[in-house]
Amino acid sequence: MARVRLDHLSKSFGSVAVLDDIRLDIASGEFIAFLGPSGCGKSTLLRMIAGLETVETGEIHIGERRVDSLPPGDRGVAMVFQHYALYPHMTIFENMAFGLRNAKVAKAEIEARVAEAARILEIERFLRSKPGQLSGGQRQRVAIGRAIVKKPDLFLFDEPLSNLDAALRMRTRLELAQLRRRVQATMILVTHDQVEAMTLADRIVVMSDRRIQQVGTPMEIYARPANRFVATFVGSPPMSFLDATLGEGPNGLARVTLPGGASLDTEVPLAALPASAAWRLGLRAEAVKVVAPDAGQVDARVEFVERLGDRTLVYLRLADGAAITAEDAGTSRAAMGDLVGLVLDGATHLFDADDRAHHGPARP
Amino acid sequence: MTAASPRKRSWTNGLFVTPYLVVYLALLLYPLLAGVWLSLHKADLFGGEAFVGLENFGRLLRDTVFLQAVRNTFWFVLLTVPPLAVIALGLAIALNRPTRAAAFFRGVFFSSSVLSVTIVTLIWRLVLIPDGGLIANLLHAAGRPPIPLLSHPDLVLPAIALTTVWWCLGLPMMLYLAALQQVPAELYEAAALDRAGPWKTLTRITLPSIRRTLVLVVIIQCVLQFQLFGQAQLLTQGGPNGASRPIVLFIYEVGFRRWDIGYAAAASEILFGLILVATVLQYVTTREKAAVR
Repeated sequence: MARVRLDHLSKSFGSVAVLDDIRLDIASGEFIAFLGPSGCGKSTLLRMIAGLETVETGEIHIGERRVDSLPPGDRGVAMVFQHYALYPHMTIFENMAFGLRNAKVAKAEIEARVAEAARILEIERFLRSKPGQLSGGQRQRVAIGRAIVKKPDLFLFDEPLSNLDAALRMRTRLELAQLRRRVQATMILVTHDQVEAMTLADRIVVMSDRRIQQVGTPMEIYARPANRFVATFVGSPPMSFLDATLGEGPNGLARVTLPGGASLDTEVPLAALPASAAWRLGLRAEAVKVVAPDAGQVDARVEFVERLGDRTLVYLRLADGAAITAEDAGTSRAAMGDLVGLVLDGATHLFDADDRAHHGPARP
Repeated sequence: MTAASPRKRSWTNGLFVTPYLVVYLALLLYPLLAGVWLSLHKADLFGGEAFVGLENFGRLLRDTVFLQAVRNTFWFVLLTVPPLAVIALGLAIALNRPTRAAAFFRGVFFSSSVLSVTIVTLIWRLVLIPDGGLIANLLHAAGRPPIPLLSHPDLVLPAIALTTVWWCLGLPMMLYLAALQQVPAELYEAAALDRAGPWKTLTRITLPSIRRTLVLVVIIQCVLQFQLFGQAQLLTQGGPNGASRPIVLFIYEVGFRRWDIGYAAAASEILFGLILVATVLQYVTTREKAAVR
């Protein structure tokens, strides 16, 4: 286990900047997820930590050592690649033993470590097979096994589940969570799948546009997104945004007025808000309830209904054209074209003109 | 078998392969069999053909000129195929990178392959001749006497081999490059994380990944170099004293100078047999190795 410290890291490919002044402190034994859309630089950041990409400016520390100029093999890291990267001409045993042999580990020790990893991952019966004879899920286990046997300070996972089908992905996700409890190491997972990040990580690093947008626990990221990007990217469906004008409500809290004239008391103290030319109210789908027309604060027209079984997502449009998403019961009777009323509840997210978020006090 | 079965046999399906089959039969199989037939005859280019059975083959095995040509050919194959396979691999590995310089040198090393054998031998004559050739001049500058590379019986085949390696390097290099570019970059990254040094990476990752191409290159080059003709004919005419006469040159001399085409056909069949055995042996041994691994 080791603490990992990224200090002012920047990187560009030719004239294209891909990472800009990345600073991050990862505690020893922590499971961190780098979450972001394609092209946000998260994979490049992981590969820089692994030593597969050079560092232009900044420093990488793993444990007590500065590693950014060390070759990949000397950094004490093990990586699980997106496409597994197993050596096709070696048996599963040789695949797992290759790194240990290169590190001059004693033969008996190699066999013991491979046997132990194979037992944990239930791949013992494949040890004499070649990767080509294994299914995708089995190869994924071998790739994880190849990382485990090295007993690294730091595990790096590059989108490890993206090649698996939905059922296998869920199972492997559970296994990764269990593995984490069995293997004492710091872990970094790169993913564009928020469910993976939310379920596996202690803390999520949300990245976009070359920068870290927010670092926090999964619930912090969900409940108190730092800006409009995080609010949109994390959470399914994404948060809805309505234009709003700011006024004073009771107890010094902000009151917002929507374009249609409806006004709403928020839980955000007015004094804490900076001056801003424009405001938006952010609403998660679960904070919007569908009621009869005129029974809520605003009326809206149903554009699309998505039935998920246990709940129903209702996509609506307000009179002024703004889009909003509501969550309704699984038995919702909303149908396309209906006019319905909406109850807006828990107005805790306000976004200023620079898309920075301002939240009310955390709810218990 | 039901009528709807896609495997239903019908002679009309054969029509699809007929064009190829006709060309194959007329231009490959018929000449091959005609050659075998011819080799069993005492035949002259200007008519007169008598069946002699295996006598041509018996004569060949007693013919010291032919046996010398067989020895020369084997020695030449040994002198050219391993260097071609190894040097081309080295060049391919060195030039398998996305830089402008690498692209330039890929072009340079391939360019010799497009030259005709006439040009190649002309260039190398200027290098090899003891009288003012490039090598002779270099030796002279170093204060050494010139070496008669093309007229010394022990040096003439190595000199022709050198010419041939220079000429033929481009194609195997391109085959290797194509194979190297198929190796996923992730494998090398995994190897780097597995602390594999350059030698380990070459022997445990690169070479096993391009093993099929390696076998292909050796087989192609064996087939090509067994058929050495142009370089020997143009540089030395097989001299001195037959020291650089390969089998194909022997066939040419017997068939087109002495018009003894039955005898030449028999020599051709032996060359065909040698090439066939050599390639099948390589194929089988490398395939067995792959199965054992």
